[in-house]
Amino acid sequence: MDGQIPSQCFRNNLMTNPFPFSAIVGQDQMKTAMILTAIDPGLGGVLVFGDRGTGKSTAVRALAALLPPITVVQGCPVNSEAPQDCPVWANVTDHTTTERPTPVVDLPLGVTEDRVTGALDIERALAHGEKSFEPGLLARANRGYLYIDEVNLLEDHIVDLLLDVAQSGINTVEREGLSIRHAARFVLVGSGNPEEGELRPQLLDRFGLSVEVASPNTVEERVEVIRRRDAYDRDHAAFMAKWQAEDATLRDAILAARAALPQVETSDEILHDCAHLSLALGADGLRGELTLLRAARALAALRGAGRIDRAHLRDIAPLALSHRLRRDPLDDAGSSARVARTVADTLP
Amino acid sequence: MINTAPTAHSSDWDRALRALSALMVDPAGLGGMVVRARPGPVRQRLEGALPGLPLPLRRIHPGLDDAQLFGGLNVAASLAAGHMIRDPGLAETPCALVLPMAERTPAALAARLSQLLDSGRGHCIVLLDEGAEPEETAPASLSDRLAFFADLSAVRPADAAIRLPAPADLDSARRHLDRVQTPSDDLTQLVLLAARFGIDGARAPMFALRCARALAALDGKDNTTQDHLREAAQLIYAPLATQIPEDDERPDPDPDHDAPPDPADTDADSVASDTGQIPDDLLVQAVAACLPADLLMRLERSSQPRGSHAAGSGAGFKRQANRRGRPLPSRPGRIDGRARIDVIATLRAAAPWQTLRRKARESHPQLIILPADIRLRRFEDRSDRLLIFAVDASGSAALSRMAEAKGAIEMLLAQAYAKRDQVALVAFRGSGAEVLLPPTRSLVQAKRRLTALPGGGGTPLASGLRAAFDMALHGQRVGLSPSIAFLTDGRGNIGLDGAPGRTQAREDAQTIARLLSGLRLPSVVIDIAPRPGPESAALAGWLNAQYLPLPRADASRISAAADAALTR
Repeated sequence: MDGQIPSQCFRNNLMTNPFPFSAIVGQDQMKTAMILTAIDPGLGGVLVFGDRGTGKSTAVRALAALLPPITVVQGCPVNSEAPQDCPVWANVTDHTTTERPTPVVDLPLGVTEDRVTGALDIERALAHGEKSFEPGLLARANRGYLYIDEVNLLEDHIVDLLLDVAQSGINTVEREGLSIRHAARFVLVGSGNPEEGELRPQLLDRFGLSVEVASPNTVEERVEVIRRRDAYDRDHAAFMAKWQAEDATLRDAILAARAALPQVETSDEILHDCAHLSLALGADGLRGELTLLRAARALAALRGAGRIDRAHLRDIAPLALSHRLRRDPLDDAGSSARVARTVADTLP
Repeated sequence: MINTAPTAHSSDWDRALRALSALMVDPAGLGGMVVRARPGPVRQRLEGALPGLPLPLRRIHPGLDDAQLFGGLNVAASLAAGHMIRDPGLAETPCALVLPMAERTPAALAARLSQLLDSGRGHCIVLLDEGAEPEETAPASLSDRLAFFADLSAVRPADAAIRLPAPADLDSARRHLDRVQTPSDDLTQLVLLAARFGIDGARAPMFALRCARALAALDGKDNTTQDHLREAAQLIYAPLATQIPEDDERPDPDPDHDAPPDPADTDADSVASDTGQIPDDLLVQAVAACLPADLLMRLERSSQPRGSHAAGSGAGFKRQANRRGRPLPSRPGRIDGRARIDVIATLRAAAPWQTLRRKARESHPQLIILPADIRLRRFEDRSDRLLIFAVDASGSAALSRMAEAKGAIEMLLAQAYAKRDQVALVAFRGSGAEVLLPPTRSLVQAKRRLTALPGGGGTPLASGLRAAFDMALHGQRVGLSPSIAFLTDGRGNIGLDGAPGRTQAREDAQTIARLLSGLRLPSVVIDIAPRPGPESAALAGWLNAQYLPLPRADASRISAAADAALTR
């Protein structure tokens, strides 16, 4: 999680462990959505909208520690799994593979295009007079997560870059005489506060799931949030020991669900239900239905069900569809309510 | 130990000092403080006390770039040595960052600083917010991560004497801090209290807890007491409060809600009543006593005070974006003393030639840069449009065409959404005008304010023009391009001073309208009288604005016409 902060800052001063994912109180929708993207990275990311101080950034930072490690070729700048996948420009000679935590890369506001896509490596250009490519954040995020806090305030020219890459999974750099392509398949996680600005519909559409978070609404939960945070600060070792065990259980569940995912059956009725639901909501395009189906499948796998049933669809529909409705910019009722109503009508 | 424990009615200054003392005990845990004050002796004195923080002080500025913050290339040293030399950034080692002119902090820097605080490397930030107007505040994303907010604008220099615990006491408090225990009830109390003051999010109660502990450590106690809780709540909750707790005896505002508590119904108020643990009245009173005097006014204006308008108002990042614009690729050029050199691009241009150039020369300097390599920075300077709606909500207008006017505005708002313009809403009725919505991009808010707009009373046309004028000026100052749509029947009958009288009202309106036309903004007057009359046409003439009589029941035509007039 070093984003714009050069990584060497972190190596000198290794951070304490992030707050454990399973220790986050409540926020079940957000946690489910993130777990589902871990099971099926093809879902297309999560958008988390809500007030400040509701644990959005905490959850994303916790995700890195939760996710199972990935196998990468040592020294490959784009985290390739096998030596033949390494881009030619990287000149990877060492073909040994190693396990590494799933990358979760921060894309901060105000980041430059060079940092995002990568650019000419000046150091080598100066020292050796040769042209070589210095990979950017997109390369580092390959096979992992790209986290954008306050995504609704992101500058338009950076959004343009992301749209293209998120769609194609390939980062193309044509600048300063460089012509480089590399894989950039990542799960986009965005968070923000809708009161401060709208998100461009094109970017909204790139997110597979969306959730709205709010502060817990019972005193017990709120107190528990503070209590756990306090324990994390003051009694770090014991707290981590307890919750890292929980995280391990969750990690095993994710791995089991990943293995079970291809075997989950989809009946024709479920396909019909998906189509009905999307039609009834008037969701734009087919992406909504596809995401709904994929998310329901991942959810079924997580719950250990052999086939998707209506309960899975009902649970996942608000996450997969609420941000895809043909939106009236002035409608403040919130579209998740609309989805919930239609789901109740369509899937009795 | 100096006794600085303030009473419930202690002054802003005493509270600021207490906050500072707590911060000196636990700088990393509390994150820092926002000090709102113009530069002057009062702020000077507070700044003078900052070296008491147990961290090295670093003064930064809103234009701080990433290299300085996170470390980066040291150009001079690199050129001299012929290889990359990096400067360590401020992020490397824990320090206390002091940021003056915090209200001008661009969103990007705020995001970086928030990231820095989140990474838990022990930094602490003091924002010196010099905003002159209520909507000029430090970015909310950053101030939300700092425990304290101190408004020193009303403190007289004579009262501002530094009374802080002795350094030795602070040292022993710091050592003692880890041993301070908090009873579980206290935790619940702090959370309940936050809920009752309408403070969402987990940060505020967390800060209150840490603050109470820091105060207890200062007193040398092993447990936090009610006094510590009360003071912590005062310091942290008062500036954040978004509501005043209901009657202390019966916090549940709903009279029908006498039945046993319904677990599903859990808004902030019933949270308190459901559990039966109403926080100590003393605590509520203590915080209430410190609530800012203008809370009610702020509540009307916005549901989230303290910087909630900052993001949309253009106070911070917008202005920066407009002044500097979106960066464009740098171009070759000659140094003329005005344009900035893009060092990296220049080096990049020069780099591939180094081997050749070295071969061509006898001597071998480390790096050969020729004038042709120089690249200059360029920015695309494109400012956002600010669409100001000045709506006549007087009796005469409200009776006739208010609903239609609202319809027309909604259609214009939808177009503003498509173009990502900012919008602002001014309404005038009764004896004056009010700003319903400061410039924002949030159309949901605009819609909400518009729907709730009541009608009735006289027509203070001059005040409405004046409010629109002020807002347009402010918009221009922060780099927006304002345009104004007036929706009125033009029949002003209240003067600028709020006194009735048609003649005076007309003169006042004419004066302000002339001032406004001096700004040469695109503007349009939409006549919402039942029968379009000469008054509005005259107003449009004074304003040098387009005049559009609102046709019967055709909101889409009026919005199309208005849009054409405003985008000219």
